[in-house]
Amino acid sequence: MMAQVMRRARSARRITAGFRTVEGALWQGAARIAVLLPLAALVFAVTILVIKARPAIVVNGWGFLTRSRWDVGQSYATTVNHIHGVAVPVGASYGAGSIIAGTLESSAIAVIIALPISIGAAFALTERMPRWLSQPLGFFIELLAGVPSVLFGLWGILTLGPFLATHIYPAIANNMPDVPVLDFFRQPTGSGEGLLTTGLVLALMIVPIITATTRDLFSQVPPLPKEGGEALGMTDWEVARRVTLPWVRSGIIGATVLGLGRAIGETIAVAMVSGALLASVAPNAYGTFGTLAAAIVTQLDSASTDGTGFAVSTLAELGLILAVISVGVNLLARVVIRRSSRLGGPVGRAA
Amino acid sequence: MSALPGTGRRRFVTIGFRVCTYLALVLIMGPVIWLMAGIIGRAVPHFSWSVLTHPTAGETGGLENAIIGTLLLMLGVLVLAGGIGILAGLHLAEFANPRKSGKESGHLLRTASDVLSGFPSIVLGYVGYVALVVGLHWNFSLLAAWIILSIMVIPYIAKSTETALRQVPTTYREGAEALGMPSGYALRKVTLKTALPGIVTGLLIALAIAGGETAPLIYTAGAFADSPVSVSLTHHPVPYLTYLVYGFYNLPSSASHYLAFDAGLILVVLVLLLLVAARLIVNRTQHYAEGRR
Repeated sequence: MMAQVMRRARSARRITAGFRTVEGALWQGAARIAVLLPLAALVFAVTILVIKARPAIVVNGWGFLTRSRWDVGQSYATTVNHIHGVAVPVGASYGAGSIIAGTLESSAIAVIIALPISIGAAFALTERMPRWLSQPLGFFIELLAGVPSVLFGLWGILTLGPFLATHIYPAIANNMPDVPVLDFFRQPTGSGEGLLTTGLVLALMIVPIITATTRDLFSQVPPLPKEGGEALGMTDWEVARRVTLPWVRSGIIGATVLGLGRAIGETIAVAMVSGALLASVAPNAYGTFGTLAAAIVTQLDSASTDGTGFAVSTLAELGLILAVISVGVNLLARVVIRRSSRLGGPVGRAA
Repeated sequence: MSALPGTGRRRFVTIGFRVCTYLALVLIMGPVIWLMAGIIGRAVPHFSWSVLTHPTAGETGGLENAIIGTLLLMLGVLVLAGGIGILAGLHLAEFANPRKSGKESGHLLRTASDVLSGFPSIVLGYVGYVALVVGLHWNFSLLAAWIILSIMVIPYIAKSTETALRQVPTTYREGAEALGMPSGYALRKVTLKTALPGIVTGLLIALAIAGGETAPLIYTAGAFADSPVSVSLTHHPVPYLTYLVYGFYNLPSSASHYLAFDAGLILVVLVLLLLVAARLIVNRTQHYAEGRR
């Protein structure tokens, strides 16, 4: 009797899953296969990209990252050049400098606009707002995250763009002080498609990400330091600035970088609102430009007309650059977030 | 509300802070309402129920094929990405066990999932085009679209499943073991059942994300608004609502504009339904959960 109890206790101690039944083995086996699939998909995607991009990388070289050209060459010519063993149409020349710059510019503008608004909104939702109001409003902002990006693009080009171009941009352009640095804003204001409009649309798209994460972070700040501050006579703003924000600083940085990653990879809305140019940088705040993602989505179709396949290969190189930037930014964000959730805040231990 | 400080500058700053935070909220709500009003306002005047029953024909007609196409795409994502994603999340939560191997297990797999979630969607669309549509000669096809959409969405489902499973109290698992339940049975009847609301929520949000995608679909499902829906997995392009918005909004005829706005309206309704359902599930389960605030 005692031996039986001891035996059962020993097997009960193996709390972690072993498979004592066929069903358990099936679950574990299926789960193991399933969890390998994202890794396999990632390896597959990167492999395809590298294989496809190799001819273009070999021909385009490092200057690809700084030149600004998009010349498909003579697709219908009867002869083809051969550079480094790769068949290239006569006259083809590619450079991604302007679209890389456009990607970084528009994303930077989006983050600069979105960050203070998101933090402000997170404060509004967590500090002293009654629950019956903050819950629906918070849900509303989460809904924003689910809106398809085509609709943002549609709104940007049909509603926001014209409105800005007729009412806001002329006011900005006419009233900017005559300082050389701000010349960027004192230019003809165009039709609403352009850098600033794209930045605004992107900002609206990434606000939900930053706001939701910041809200969660704020709710994790222990109430004791905040109440202690209030007991000492600090105002809401002083508590926010000296207690809450330092506590969640790295988390906010992480959330912002996540939003940056989303802005960098955004394709359709940017393609619609930026003008999707391939070889020019925006000359001023209102000028049209292009980004990596917009270039790929608009050019893949016509790239197939290049019989040598070089245009498709160049697009693979663009995709590789975009993937590297995007994934790099995303990983950076997660490292920062993970580190911030382990460390305590700088304001001392909760009692 | 707390009492305002007496002296001028601090008082001013405090009021200014509160005003700024509410202003920020308004700056978000305003454009969102503007956006919704714009879409709904442009779609409703020309909306007729025949839009839901007639397929697109050239630049006019209805949206029936696109709606069915979008729903078909979401169904495939539900089965493919849902199945794989839930199992993957299961592994990360239950089987990649630090207690067993003594260190942070599953790190590589979790990182791979994170990396995949940051992968730009258009690049995945490119890979799908080059490898599946052209490489395997599937042409624009349902299967290619399903695979690429699933790759996009699996990391999200895996993460939300893992979170939901981690929130199942260990006492439930230990109780099941103490009662002598075999591990597979306990998994099914106790752990998964408890985590089910969280898992379903993750699925619904993933479906909303997949239904709203355009870029990866343009080069895997095709960019043909008036193709009829067919159940063949390959060699047949799939119509979907988001392409209708993207492709039709700047065609010359106003009928195509109306179709684009109607498609936008239906998309908004779809996403709204999914997200509201997800939020209702979360609220309902938190209502009954232990330790609710």
